[in-house]
Amino acid sequence: MDGIEFIPKLVGAGLVVIGVGIGIGKIGASAMEGIARQPEATNKIQTAMLIAAALIEGIGFAALFAV
Amino acid sequence: MDKLIDGFSLGLFIWQLIFFLLILGGLAFFWKKILGAIETRESSIKDSLQAAEEAKAQVAQLKSSNEDALRQAKEERDAILKEARELKDKIVAEAKDKANEESDRIVANAREVIKNEKNAAVAELKNQVAALSIEIAEKIVKQELSSDDKQKALADTLVDDMNLN
Amino acid sequence: MRANFLKTLIILLIGLGGNVMASDSHDHDNHGGHESSMSEEDESALRKLLVKEYINHHLEDSHDFILFSTGNRQDGDEKHVGFALPVILFDGGIKMFMSSEFEHGEKVVEKGGNYYRLYHGKIYKTDEHGTIKHDHETGDITNDMPVDLSITKNVVFIFLILLLMYFMFRGMAKSYDKGGDLMPRGAGRFLEPIIIFIRDDVAIPNIGEKKYKKFMPYLLTVFFFIWIVNLFGLTPLGVNVTNSLAVTGCLALLTFVIMIASGNKNFWMHIFWMPGVPWPMKIVLAPIELIGLVIKPFSLMIRLFANITAGHIVLMSLMGMIIYNSWYGSGLTFLLTVVLVLIELMVAALQAYIFTMLSALYFGSAVEEHEHDHEHEHSVAH
Repeated sequence: MDGIEFIPKLVGAGLVVIGVGIGIGKIGASAMEGIARQPEATNKIQTAMLIAAALIEGIGFAALFAV
Repeated sequence: MDKLIDGFSLGLFIWQLIFFLLILGGLAFFWKKILGAIETRESSIKDSLQAAEEAKAQVAQLKSSNEDALRQAKEERDAILKEARELKDKIVAEAKDKANEESDRIVANAREVIKNEKNAAVAELKNQVAALSIEIAEKIVKQELSSDDKQKALADTLVDDMNLN
Repeated sequence: MRANFLKTLIILLIGLGGNVMASDSHDHDNHGGHESSMSEEDESALRKLLVKEYINHHLEDSHDFILFSTGNRQDGDEKHVGFALPVILFDGGIKMFMSSEFEHGEKVVEKGGNYYRLYHGKIYKTDEHGTIKHDHETGDITNDMPVDLSITKNVVFIFLILLLMYFMFRGMAKSYDKGGDLMPRGAGRFLEPIIIFIRDDVAIPNIGEKKYKKFMPYLLTVFFFIWIVNLFGLTPLGVNVTNSLAVTGCLALLTFVIMIASGNKNFWMHIFWMPGVPWPMKIVLAPIELIGLVIKPFSLMIRLFANITAGHIVLMSLMGMIIYNSWYGSGLTFLLTVVLVLIELMVAALQAYIFTMLSALYFGSAVEEHEHDHEHEHSVAH
């Protein structure tokens, strides 16, 4: 990885990772809030949270490997 | 991305596919058995719970029916006792009535007999009195009728007496 | 209970120690011959290169099974402890030989008039001197590659793990017969709650009460396979089966094929002719849905591969810091490594769970009944 042509790719990947981080963070925060509000729905919320997080993560990885 | 495509090994893919399909086939029977066993156990637990519930209900029902029987028996006993008491009262009353009647009848009979006896006695007395009277009269008459006057006076008094009677 | 915990701990420690030990040989190489003759900058560059090489070597599949290496390549006394695996090439006829004939890439093997050389873990067709030709502009290797169906390290481990699974679940299935109370014995006591979890929390909510049974064998097999494989990846044996796209791609392809094969009329209608929208929208939606259909297995493949690979790279980099950096950083990095190994243990199970969960979700969407029925199910669930 030497040469200037890698810089845009790396910056892009970094931006994607930031986006993914924000996205997963929001999901986690909302899930926490939901669990705090309705502790009896913990299982359902966790499942939905994991699926959503996994989908976002997938996009993040796809972008990372595009580098 | 190029590195990824480069890293894709066809040999590994094919071997993985073969092995995985084999294990899918090989394990299918065991999964079926394990899941079947779990399901059977779960349903048997469910059934036993249900049976226990049913037994409990049955016991409760039995208890209530026992109570019913007891109550019924008590009621029956009370009824019998009441009936017996009534019967006794009735019998006593009847006996009393009968005794009263009998005594009344006896008294009536006695009265009748007494009356009859009295009547008879009176009749006899009357007869005797009559006979005695006649006798006395005869004697008197025999004595009195020694004179005509006296005969006549006597006849008159007799007649008066008769009328007074 | 306590004994089991201790056992786990010991295995974990040995795992860590093993990885460190394996790296130690490089450490030794480095300090042995070059410290005096090299400038500090060169030395740090060489260290970086070695770490990178070591990580790459760890992540990649290989044609032989090396447990650990000793000695120095530069000095020529490098020794590998391990065993060779058979190479199967399909290049105008099947060619089979042991990988030991390559002598770790140093010799050219001649089979049936063709010459083969092992170069950076891949087999290339070369001339008799083993020349590797490079493209002048891009630097890519231009040599022909035969179809390589070798029994590599990963293939061996896939086979061993599947064999392990076969005997494990055969034993579990048989253990239900003993005692007559339908209770599992031995390992089954640990595995049964997991199986029930997959059934009650993954299959039934996503596929539905009526149709989940058909998919259970696949879901259970895939879950346990990925989980066990991921756990083996954390041992110092250096097998990272889920690190290869071929394996995750194969699993994703199977999920895709099962989804397509079990798709009902309703499923296809939702893809090609979305009900409940005006007809111009239907035409627009069809290609989007179709792309979505293909992206599903693709994301499954990438997610599993990337999670495990990324985890290993981070773990190995931290370990590399212990070995190749100065001593004062080691305490912290050692602690970090321990924590990361624990996280990776969780990720191993989590990725298996997510793969299974998403597979179940896709199967559920494929066999889903009409909207009306779906709503009815929801109202029952609440």
